[in-house]
Amino acid sequence: METFDVLGHFGQYGGRFVPEALIGALEELEAVHNQTQQDPAFLAELAELHRTYTGRPSIITEAKRFSEHAGGARIFLKREDLNHTGSHKINNVLGQALLTKRMGKKRIIAETGAGQHGVAAATAAALMGLECVVYMGEEDTRRQSLNVARMKLLGAEVVAVTSGSKTLKDAINEAMRDWVTNVHDTHYMLGTVAGPHPFPTMVRDFHKIIGEESREQMLELTGRLPDAVLACIGGGSNAIGIFNAFIPDTDVRLIGLEAGGHGVETGRHAATITGGTPGVLHGTRSYVLQDENGQTVESHSISAGLDYPGVGPEHAYLHDLGRAEYRAINDDAAMNAFALLSKTEGIIPAIETAHALAGALVIGNELGPKANLLINLSGRGDKDVQTAAQYFGIPL
Amino acid sequence: MTALDSVLAKCRSENRAALIAYIPAGFPSKQGCHKVIQVLADAGVDAIEIGFPYSDPVMDGPVIQEAADISLQGGTQASDVFAALKTASDTGVASVVMTYWNPIERYGVERFAASISDNGGSGVITPDLTIEESKGWLEATASNSINPIYVVAPSTKDARLAHVTSVTGGFIYAASSMGVTGTRETVSIDAKDLVSRIRKVSQLPVCVGLGVSTREQARSLAAYADGVIVGSAFIKLLLNSKDEQSGLDAVSHLAKELALGVREGR
Repeated sequence: METFDVLGHFGQYGGRFVPEALIGALEELEAVHNQTQQDPAFLAELAELHRTYTGRPSIITEAKRFSEHAGGARIFLKREDLNHTGSHKINNVLGQALLTKRMGKKRIIAETGAGQHGVAAATAAALMGLECVVYMGEEDTRRQSLNVARMKLLGAEVVAVTSGSKTLKDAINEAMRDWVTNVHDTHYMLGTVAGPHPFPTMVRDFHKIIGEESREQMLELTGRLPDAVLACIGGGSNAIGIFNAFIPDTDVRLIGLEAGGHGVETGRHAATITGGTPGVLHGTRSYVLQDENGQTVESHSISAGLDYPGVGPEHAYLHDLGRAEYRAINDDAAMNAFALLSKTEGIIPAIETAHALAGALVIGNELGPKANLLINLSGRGDKDVQTAAQYFGIPL
Repeated sequence: MTALDSVLAKCRSENRAALIAYIPAGFPSKQGCHKVIQVLADAGVDAIEIGFPYSDPVMDGPVIQEAADISLQGGTQASDVFAALKTASDTGVASVVMTYWNPIERYGVERFAASISDNGGSGVITPDLTIEESKGWLEATASNSINPIYVVAPSTKDARLAHVTSVTGGFIYAASSMGVTGTRETVSIDAKDLVSRIRKVSQLPVCVGLGVSTREQARSLAAYADGVIVGSAFIKLLLNSKDEQSGLDAVSHLAKELALGVREGR
């Protein structure tokens, strides 16, 4: 199912809402991306990097003890947390770093919320000898100080963004301001399936390997396709990555778990599809958390990586089509699942990922013991130890 | 023909550039904004852009960001933008709104264009609306007889310049350099090159903005541009003034200087 037209639309969503100054760079990026997707040498180079650097293919782990809490449904974890740098983000940055070199650019900029994409971008920049500047909301540099140190160790410059709400959306604003100024030698390595065309399509293309691998692995392991595929949604890159290969398999339910924060009804959440309305933010039309004047409303989540008032346009489209379902998981339910996976399986997940695990507990109970659920375990939780210790009252 | 079209035609007949000033609605306060507009009109600006303050202004530097924050904290709504627009057009200068796209979409595309017209406005500058996404907007601006004003940049290629300028009304907004709004020591030589490339594909007036803050800069731009746009320089004066009256006095002084500058260029 080809879901976009030449202008990068997914139904009424997507597109390009940017200053003219960026059009040339976006057209160049689109052309280079389209060309390299057909280029066997490029694809082989990326595949080799994934084999020898990322650690692909990532394995699948069946979570048997965790399953006992999910109505007995069999639960399979796609272990993107075992990738180099600890999350799915590496898939995208290696692809974009190769494109950056193809375009002859020497400098990359990136935004980051939790720091996972920033660390991945800094890693790819170090590997390929590119200059790297990461924009991070000042609030997030405090919440995720360990990742700030990691980025600096990798040779990146980290800029604490003090404008607006001082979180991920403001880091994106600041990165776009840098890009508009330095576009001649700089590539904006956007970390999710949002932003102006071609980013939603390109970032999906670099992450779709997650779904392609796991579709085959599930067939091999269980002899059939899973009943449902679950992933957490901030901007939505890990979710699109695992959903994409299953979109034509209409019997497979695709379920995105958004950050419900204190509860969607409280207004303090980051559940953009569940609690937002269609609008334009950061260069694309999708669901947005906004007020009646079209001003972006601040999002809230215990997970810095999901704390974003927008979402990728393809998710908006899949939602409206009814092909994927989106539900909100509150902070407390996510933290409960975080603790449960740690204690039953010996795997500490990222708090972002814990939203998908909490969703699995709900869906497993709805579907019962005959169901097979595939969960994208998008990241590991080492970076979240401080937040979790605080939440559970563990003295540090 | 809008009031903006007439003003630019008049400036052309006087063989001079127009002076266009930018001020966000609700800044420095809801009432203060109306006083600034009056002061600008009295000082001799030809047209006023009313900014619709937005939560995520990716094309703006720190000065306009701060003004937008102050305005939004003061509770500025679409109705305040239209009230400021009406104040501007009532002074007799041409008036337009400058806004990011989402507030228009949220308000309703047709309804927004109608409100511009109802309040005496001549058009809307939309810095993040690409021509590919403009179908509904161009219909709405045409049916309400207002100018859709697009911004082009030094990086805009010739073929695209021809496309963008072919749907533009009022004037072409030429960004003087790559980057965000804010005052600069020198206005880049890119501006002159961009204006001459636009002249090859369009008969419309070309106004240059981004970075202009002094009479000397206005004079040098006026040599080849049809209009000079100044925003951050006024806002900086208002942000740095110790009280409202001294801010208004400083704005008046600068506007008069710039009005001389645009008359000295040729």
